Amino acid sequence: MAGRHSFRNLLLISLVGLILYGCENSQWNNPYRDRDQHKDIIYTSFKERPKELDPVKSYNAAEYEFIAQIYEPPLQYHFLKRPYELIPLAASKMPARTFYDDAGNQLSHDVDPSSVSYTIYDIEIQKGIKYQPHPSFAKDSQGVYYYHSLTEDDLDDVNILADFEYQSSRELTAEDYVYQIKRLAHPNLHSPLAGLLGNYIVGFSEYREKVLDAIEDQDAWLDLRDVSMQGVKVIDSHHFSIRVKGVYPQFIYWLNMPFFAPVPWEADKFYSQPRMKERNISFDWYPVGTGPYMLTENNPNLRMVLDKNPNFHGEKYPSVGEPEDYALGLLDDAGKELPFADRIVFSLEKESIPYWNKFLQGYYDTSGISSDSFDQSVELNFQGEFGLTDGMKKRDIDLASAVATSLYYLGFNMGDPVIGGDSQRARLLRRAISIAVDYDEFISIFQNGRGVPAQGPIPPGIFGNENGEMGINPYVYHWENGRPVRKSILEAKKLMQQARYQNGVDQDTGKPLVLYFDTVSRGADTKALLNWMVKQFAKIDIQLVIRGSDGNRFFDKLDKGTFQIYQLGWNADYPDPENFFFLLYGPNSIAISGGQNYSNYQNSEFDRLFDVMKNMENGLERLKLIRQMNEIVRADAPWIFAFNPKSYSLYHDWYKNVKPNLMANNTMKYKRVDPLLRAQSREKWNQPILWPIYLLLVVLVLTIIPAARGFYQREKAKGV
Amino acid sequence: MIAYIVRRVLYAFPLLLGINLITFVLFFVVNSPDDMAKNQLGQKHTTAQQIEDWKRERGYNLPLIYNEDASAGAKFTETIFYQKSIRLFVFDFGSSDSGRDISYDIANRMWPSLTIAVPHLIVGLLITITFALLIAFFRASYIDYWAVIICVALMSISTLFYIIGGQFIIGKLLKVVPISGYDTGLDALKFLILPVIIGIVGGIGSGTRWYRTIFLEEIGKDYVRTARSKGISEQLVLFRHVLRNALIPILTGVVVVLPLLFMGSLLTENFFGIPGLGSYTIDAINRQDFAIVRSMVYLGSVLYIIGLILTDISYTLVDPRIRLS
Amino acid sequence: MLFQPVILITDALFFALTTVIFVFVMIARKKEHLRRPWGKVIKRTTGAVALVVLICYYSIALLDSMHFRLKLENVTQSEYQYSNEILSVLDVLMASMRTQVEKTFSAPLAVQLFSKEMVQQDDGSMQQIYPRLKYGGAHLDDPLSEKSKDLVKISIRAIVMAILCWAGFWLLTVWRNSKSKHSSFSASLQRFVSGDSEYPLRAIAITTGLITIAIFVSMFVGSKYHLFGTDKVGQDVFYQAIKSIRTGILIGALTTLVMLPVAITLGAMAGFFRGWVDDVIQYIYTTLNSIPHVLLIAASVLLLQVYMSNNAEGFDSLTERADLRLLFLCLILGITSWTGLCRLLRAETFKLREMEYIQAATAFGVTKSNILARHIMPNFMHIVLITVVLDFSGLVLAEAVLSYINIGVDPATHSWGNMINQARLEMARDPAVWWSLTAAFIFMFTLVLFANLFADVVRDALDPRISGSE
Repeated sequence: MAGRHSFRNLLLISLVGLILYGCENSQWNNPYRDRDQHKDIIYTSFKERPKELDPVKSYNAAEYEFIAQIYEPPLQYHFLKRPYELIPLAASKMPARTFYDDAGNQLSHDVDPSSVSYTIYDIEIQKGIKYQPHPSFAKDSQGVYYYHSLTEDDLDDVNILADFEYQSSRELTAEDYVYQIKRLAHPNLHSPLAGLLGNYIVGFSEYREKVLDAIEDQDAWLDLRDVSMQGVKVIDSHHFSIRVKGVYPQFIYWLNMPFFAPVPWEADKFYSQPRMKERNISFDWYPVGTGPYMLTENNPNLRMVLDKNPNFHGEKYPSVGEPEDYALGLLDDAGKELPFADRIVFSLEKESIPYWNKFLQGYYDTSGISSDSFDQSVELNFQGEFGLTDGMKKRDIDLASAVATSLYYLGFNMGDPVIGGDSQRARLLRRAISIAVDYDEFISIFQNGRGVPAQGPIPPGIFGNENGEMGINPYVYHWENGRPVRKSILEAKKLMQQARYQNGVDQDTGKPLVLYFDTVSRGADTKALLNWMVKQFAKIDIQLVIRGSDGNRFFDKLDKGTFQIYQLGWNADYPDPENFFFLLYGPNSIAISGGQNYSNYQNSEFDRLFDVMKNMENGLERLKLIRQMNEIVRADAPWIFAFNPKSYSLYHDWYKNVKPNLMANNTMKYKRVDPLLRAQSREKWNQPILWPIYLLLVVLVLTIIPAARGFYQREKAKGV
Repeated sequence: MIAYIVRRVLYAFPLLLGINLITFVLFFVVNSPDDMAKNQLGQKHTTAQQIEDWKRERGYNLPLIYNEDASAGAKFTETIFYQKSIRLFVFDFGSSDSGRDISYDIANRMWPSLTIAVPHLIVGLLITITFALLIAFFRASYIDYWAVIICVALMSISTLFYIIGGQFIIGKLLKVVPISGYDTGLDALKFLILPVIIGIVGGIGSGTRWYRTIFLEEIGKDYVRTARSKGISEQLVLFRHVLRNALIPILTGVVVVLPLLFMGSLLTENFFGIPGLGSYTIDAINRQDFAIVRSMVYLGSVLYIIGLILTDISYTLVDPRIRLS
Repeated sequence: MLFQPVILITDALFFALTTVIFVFVMIARKKEHLRRPWGKVIKRTTGAVALVVLICYYSIALLDSMHFRLKLENVTQSEYQYSNEILSVLDVLMASMRTQVEKTFSAPLAVQLFSKEMVQQDDGSMQQIYPRLKYGGAHLDDPLSEKSKDLVKISIRAIVMAILCWAGFWLLTVWRNSKSKHSSFSASLQRFVSGDSEYPLRAIAITTGLITIAIFVSMFVGSKYHLFGTDKVGQDVFYQAIKSIRTGILIGALTTLVMLPVAITLGAMAGFFRGWVDDVIQYIYTTLNSIPHVLLIAASVLLLQVYMSNNAEGFDSLTERADLRLLFLCLILGITSWTGLCRLLRAETFKLREMEYIQAATAFGVTKSNILARHIMPNFMHIVLITVVLDFSGLVLAEAVLSYINIGVDPATHSWGNMINQARLEMARDPAVWWSLTAAFIFMFTLVLFANLFADVVRDALDPRISGSE
């Protein structure tokens, strides 16, 4: 009878366990520790483990989510003001910019850009900023660093950074910023920005060779303070300067990105010791910053935890904002000490089912809306704007939305004999396709309405984008009843006829028009998406052949120019039209310079205007040039301007100070939670439902009864 | 006995060499290090120089099997084959394509996999064996007939349905346990319940059916008939004789999978966000981190071979006749 | 010609497989030693019913493997006159479901979209409503009151027609049976109804009846409504589930087809020649078997992706690419699954070799290849068949799991795995979109269940060990 006993015991044990467990807490499904229930903690999630946390390499939003809270570059974006405005962060004031000619003479500010040889940015940082506690700063009573010359034995018991007993801090100096710029140029660190900065910072590209010469032993640490870079100078302990070739007004925007965050040499030395890498103790894993938070638990397979930095220099919640911010309560905390939350817990959530449900159960404070759960929680209201559904409203869930400063576009290869080139025939064909590929429909199907059809290269929120009739792309839309309306397929067909492709047949050769679309085929949506695309081209009788490949091969094709049509997106690095127009700038074409002009679009007039426009201050003059440039690219149609995505996020009402800021990443410090309200809501929403389990048990017992009866009958039969 | 074990262990070496060769061909001959570099560096602003640097740093810039430029012995050691494949023999996995130390990660992620796999195995075994015994007891009755049909039906459902359905019903509708997640120490308990239950339910069909056949085979044997003819009651026959003798094939079958428990389950871990080796592998596959996939292939094979050896040894322990042959 | 036939590589292999099965059946009918065990399979009710269901699935897959391109209008030059779109016979048969695409999600048999939308009313005002579907239930004026009545009406019509067709067919069969057996029609009918026949004709008849009804109802209702609703882009889910049958069957059947030659040759050689041949073959399969299958498949598929994009010129169109990927997936699955069969065959050959008649043949100087081909291989064929049938369901299940971790068939291929993969996003919605998952579940479960049942019966009938003991 051993088997049956064990089964019965098992049932008993699990039942008792279930009951005991239930007595302890009424929320059985709480994924966090119960003792944290009332603490001032922000709970959020991440989808994929961050690849790099080293500010030299990190270059995507998912990683900035963490390191932007930790590292402090000289500048930051104002949290509330629109249009986006740069303000000092670690810097004490906005950097001063001065122009110089070849001879080194200072020039006035309104000088013609072509006569400027180089620009100097003077950056002064605040005094009294201290780093987070870190073992690399720890010194003994003689002033010798504890952990700068570790032997193998010292590291025996060390697995994580917290295993080092002594931690200390020191004041931030200008040297640390310079040190990081040198790291950006270091050949072994592969900064994604190295190529770009090499074009601008004086002595940056040469620095690579300098470092290679200075490295004697591959494994030994090289103190970058000893190797100077021509264009970067420490003036005094809180003051440094960067020399930039010619005029590059957009340079200032880079100064708010973690690439330009300070890095102390002590940490670099500390991490570069032998056998540290084996233990994964490195910049990649343990950032060292001066910001409001520090990374205290780094387990990207499970969760990342940011704790308040005890040495934080202090910052106040902004006291000015947009007019509507006052009504929304975004300025209620004005002047209060930042950061608010004691801790931020990021949990890994790969699958969307658990992610979305945990948000609804109150275990995440905020949630991006996946395209699939979206239209169930949100619906269009009378003004054509999105509102929450009743189910969401009942839970006091709020919605924040903003059109992202991104553009998706469908590019044509301008070097292709059929679709590309400057001929009127090809241009008409491209315009016809621009009309036929109905991105209004695309947005409603694939984006669930989360996006607006793009009218030109510049997305909303960036200078040069215009609303209303002025802003529409007249080759694809016309203005009707106060809104843009896509031109009809008939007009597209007319264009096809003018291009001598009547009914999709080349009138010169009699061949049907077949075009090739190169794409990266991935994910569950791909099939539907590609079917849709084929259908769009079929509307004007063009046969579209889809060629799928993986990411690498796709970019290879772009590189070689062996493609006709492709789809890509661009996300603004900074809020300036230059960051979008440069994607169409002739000299930046991929075939010529390996740049990001993948369509290889060449238009001398456009290029001329670009050169003038990029150095101008925002204003009417600049807007005029931008209008001209917009007209040129709309007429030439090297791209189909597909759409600007909208980003939505839902948040519970205990989560305060939510205003989408598409430029700033260091916004966690502004967020405040109301732990009490959260605890109550969770309690209310998460009462376990147990009757089905009891029912199941009853059913099990009922099925056992006939079996048992059968058993005894057999026994009896045997006995007889 | 010792000599036998030694022989078995020695036989593992040529196998490991073969596995090594297969992985080498798969990962370095078919696929070029350039592809890996581009994959890892991302697409924004990548230059040829950066690709070269990346390869040099990870040792992918060496020739495949023969290095003409190197001196005597180094002609063979300064190659990708030696550096990347032969080193696996001593479990030197090196670092992943994203730069982290693989051995460290494996050592860390092994434990969550085990905490799921061990209760799954033990409880699952107990339940399926109990069911199988019950069915064997009622053999050739309508209970047996329907039980087998139900088993076949249960095993015809894809694991994916069990996971999605279980998560949906127990986690979302009933709110009895957290939908996903993991924690260390005792806090892990509440996270284990759902994946373990789903794992067990998913395995009941095939498990029960399999053990049933083992029991029936055993019941058909002569000693059982003898025992029965002596007038021993059916229960006694079943539980004392049949169960005891059937335990031999059951346990040796379990021994084979024991080492593989470390590897975790790809699907379960991914769905429930458990930071084990299974989700490690899936992540590596999705991110195309070839160094990790290669290491996991090798590790999995080693564990499987260990399992085989353990099985052989346990057979000889249980049944001395095998040792002689 | 109105169309141009297209034969994809997997089509060709599938046709080859079909021919082989057909020839085998023809031969088996004539040879007593083959007919007896297979007769046993069909005489078992479970076996016969499972076989009917499997044949249904197989025919759908076969219909879906006959590909062609339609002729284009307006094109004069002959070499370019066919469209790029590759269709199958099944696509034509289900044309209404394929082309009736709604805007987005709609529930099974719904007449409205699943979510509300802003719609301009006749009076020019905008209102938030559930818009009517373009096709689903479009013939109704007032769907609220008419829908259920309409559904019942269509279903009854379909069922009546199905029963008429079905009854006609079976009455004809019984009548022919009575003729050939020289008994009266009514007596035959009575025997048929009471289930008194050599083969489980009554069970087969009931199964075919249910299937006929299912087909008629789904066709009738499916042309006016979306039986399983629509997916994100408004495609009919029922159509997708049906299209996925080909992928499932192909993975299950082609994989075994490609692995068979290797497994049989190596297995027989190892067992027959022994010595170093045996050592080498054993070494190969133990090595391959040591690598965890999922990982080996993952590694191979990863590398296949790289290879295919390296040589992208070879597979330009998406269909060909998807087809090749399917084929490669079969090959890779074949590589991982031949080892088990090989081991079994080696052991069997080992035993057969010691048989007296083979010893005698050797003594008479019959060549080794002759012995292998004429005496050994025919004698272990039952093991091959059992393995093939047993593996089938496992492979169908494997496809779903592999597609889920993105190492299965191409995302552009219709498959249950891809449907499930998509469904996990849909299940996260609130309220959940459950019908894609349900449709995939029903179709996949039916196939695997009957394949499993069939495998059980085949094993019982063919395995001399089991059939001997009974």
